[in-house]
Amino acid sequence: MATVNLDYLDRLEAEAIHILREVAGQFERPALLFSGGKDSIALTRLAEKAFRPGKFPFPLVHIDTGHNFQEILDFRDSLAGSLSEKLIVRKVEDTIRERGLREPGGKYPSRNPLQTYTLLDVIEEFEFDACIGGARRDEEKARAKERIFSVRDDFGQWDPKRQRPELWNIYNGRIQKGENVRVFPISNWTELDVWNYIQRENIPLPDIYFAHERQCVVLPSGQLLGLSEHLNLDDTDEIVSRRVRFRTVGDSTCTAAVESDAVSVDDIIADLLLAKVSERGATRLDDNLSETGMEDRKRNGYF
Amino acid sequence: MDLLRFITCGSVDDGKSTLIGRLLYDSDSVSLDVLATLEKRRHASGDVDLALLTDGLKAEREQGITIDVAHKYFTTPRRKFIITDAPGHVQYTRNMVTGASNADLAIVLVDARQGVIEQTRRHTLIASLLGIQHFVLAVNKMDLVGHEEVIFNQIVADYQEIAEQLKLPHVVAIPLSALNGDNVVRRSRQLVWYQGPSLLEHLESVPVPADANPNEPRFQVQYVIRPQTEELPDYRGYAGRIQSGTYHEGDRVRIWPSGLETVIDAIEVSQREVATATAPQAVVLRLRDDVDVSRGDTIVPTTAHPAVTREVEATLCWMHERPLKAGRKLLVQHHSAVVKASVTAIVHKTNVATFDQVGTDTAQLNDIVRVQLKTALPLVVDDYRHNRATGAFILVDEQTGETLAAGLVTETDPELFATPIPAEPAFSI
Repeated sequence: MATVNLDYLDRLEAEAIHILREVAGQFERPALLFSGGKDSIALTRLAEKAFRPGKFPFPLVHIDTGHNFQEILDFRDSLAGSLSEKLIVRKVEDTIRERGLREPGGKYPSRNPLQTYTLLDVIEEFEFDACIGGARRDEEKARAKERIFSVRDDFGQWDPKRQRPELWNIYNGRIQKGENVRVFPISNWTELDVWNYIQRENIPLPDIYFAHERQCVVLPSGQLLGLSEHLNLDDTDEIVSRRVRFRTVGDSTCTAAVESDAVSVDDIIADLLLAKVSERGATRLDDNLSETGMEDRKRNGYF
Repeated sequence: MDLLRFITCGSVDDGKSTLIGRLLYDSDSVSLDVLATLEKRRHASGDVDLALLTDGLKAEREQGITIDVAHKYFTTPRRKFIITDAPGHVQYTRNMVTGASNADLAIVLVDARQGVIEQTRRHTLIASLLGIQHFVLAVNKMDLVGHEEVIFNQIVADYQEIAEQLKLPHVVAIPLSALNGDNVVRRSRQLVWYQGPSLLEHLESVPVPADANPNEPRFQVQYVIRPQTEELPDYRGYAGRIQSGTYHEGDRVRIWPSGLETVIDAIEVSQREVATATAPQAVVLRLRDDVDVSRGDTIVPTTAHPAVTREVEATLCWMHERPLKAGRKLLVQHHSAVVKASVTAIVHKTNVATFDQVGTDTAQLNDIVRVQLKTALPLVVDDYRHNRATGAFILVDEQTGETLAAGLVTETDPELFATPIPAEPAFSI
């Protein structure tokens, strides 16, 4: 009997497609939260594999902090266009105005925490019952404990002690009114798996993932932050021009660049095999605030 | 490269989290910034607390215990690994079940000073029940018993009894010290009398049960793709994952539970037509005839014989604080099929310490019970021992949506089989 040889990437892909189709089968109004980063771009490729030649059974939803890199916004629009899928954009700026929220202060004002309000508003506006995201368990310790189908209450809050047991690959998305589910199809992928998949599938990415010259501010920690009009710099700040790339693309005010000469996916994979600093550790200022930074934000409804 | 999923289980303070920390640490899988966080919390004794690599939640660090299943990932030149770290406390046994449901191998950790205890029996029983084939008896803290071979041998002999009672197929025993790194990644210089592999060497070489793919083909429909566009006005694709076995273009198939017959016209994987596809691939099947097929239906070759039944006998791991009593109505979720059901009888409960079966009329949190279920619509199932995919289901509370139990099909009413399967001896626990 003919058999098909599957390697680990095929298995991870099959698992993710299975999860996406369970979302389509179980929910009435799902959405795919699209950040423009490599993980959510990989998710759109997985969604193509899950649903073509049909349309995606969900729109792409982008929460625009207003601090995004322009390259990411351009890429987002062109990807949604080439996929011919619906894109919904909601701006943190509007949430701040409508809800009278306080703009974050400081030298590197991050709107990351405020995204949660916009996210909860858009969930309410469209009555989304499931939101698909590209989070991975290898990113962070609290994420390592989250289910693939993660039930959130009316306020989007995650209660790690009340998580449903998740048995086999049977996903229970049954919820009560007001609750919704966050779904993480690539939970079991590592950063390297995502890059290997991008390489294998030849998935285009925004340029900022590859080495380029950029004006950067040197932070006290030694990390490099791309220069932007959203930073409140003063005379003491050191501005340098460096050859850098981004490993993650969150809010530009809290996502650091790493020095690199990697100009292709192959180079990045080679870099990663040598890299000794984790993805979030290298680039996220927000997680370093406290050891439980992510858990606290998730409990409050963050992705 | 292949993939091995394993679970670590043991009692509280047996050193599970330390063992995983040691595996990650000694195989160079911990990044510098994470190490820096560990350094900040270095013990007064000067030792790094490796358990902090897995205990991720605030309450876990406060109480120094593992509450929830944590997933860790690492790769060696030989293999990719997914570790599930399951909690040891009795009240979190349901999380152990959760972890074991997706594992190929179980590491059962025993404290060399304590030997085999009730939790060892409980965890081995659960892992065995959930179909794990490969067991590692990891006798930890050998440094605290003077690295004595006689102590190790006694524990192995005690465990051997459990292995025989449960008919565990493959057991390997390894003496180690997670704290000192003896026999975890590197072989020990202290335990010179032990000639076997280190834990990692064993994990790298044990056969992956990928081939936990029984030959009987099973496919359940998750979603129907109907583009209804100008170019594809009549396209109808049945999307799902092959649960077991292999499917071929041209296979004569039946749709269950309706029993309608048709032919697979095409199999698509990633938008390309293929002649053959195998578990666990996600595929789209296109059928020759316009038959009624919807989410939750099972498509199998006419030569295959799943049980199609409204009466199922099953083993449950009850996971809810509210006890189960006979007569309770609930939902059975069998992958993409959800049907109403009622528990018609609770047959017996398994004493997890003695493995004896005792009569009961209720199932409490963490109990393992045998029940009879009656469903409103037929399910297409297999005996869990033959098919880990189609023999598994969960019970769900219709009102709250909570997951109540893990269910493993043990027997089905033979009169309702599509074609009767040969009788099997009763499960020996």
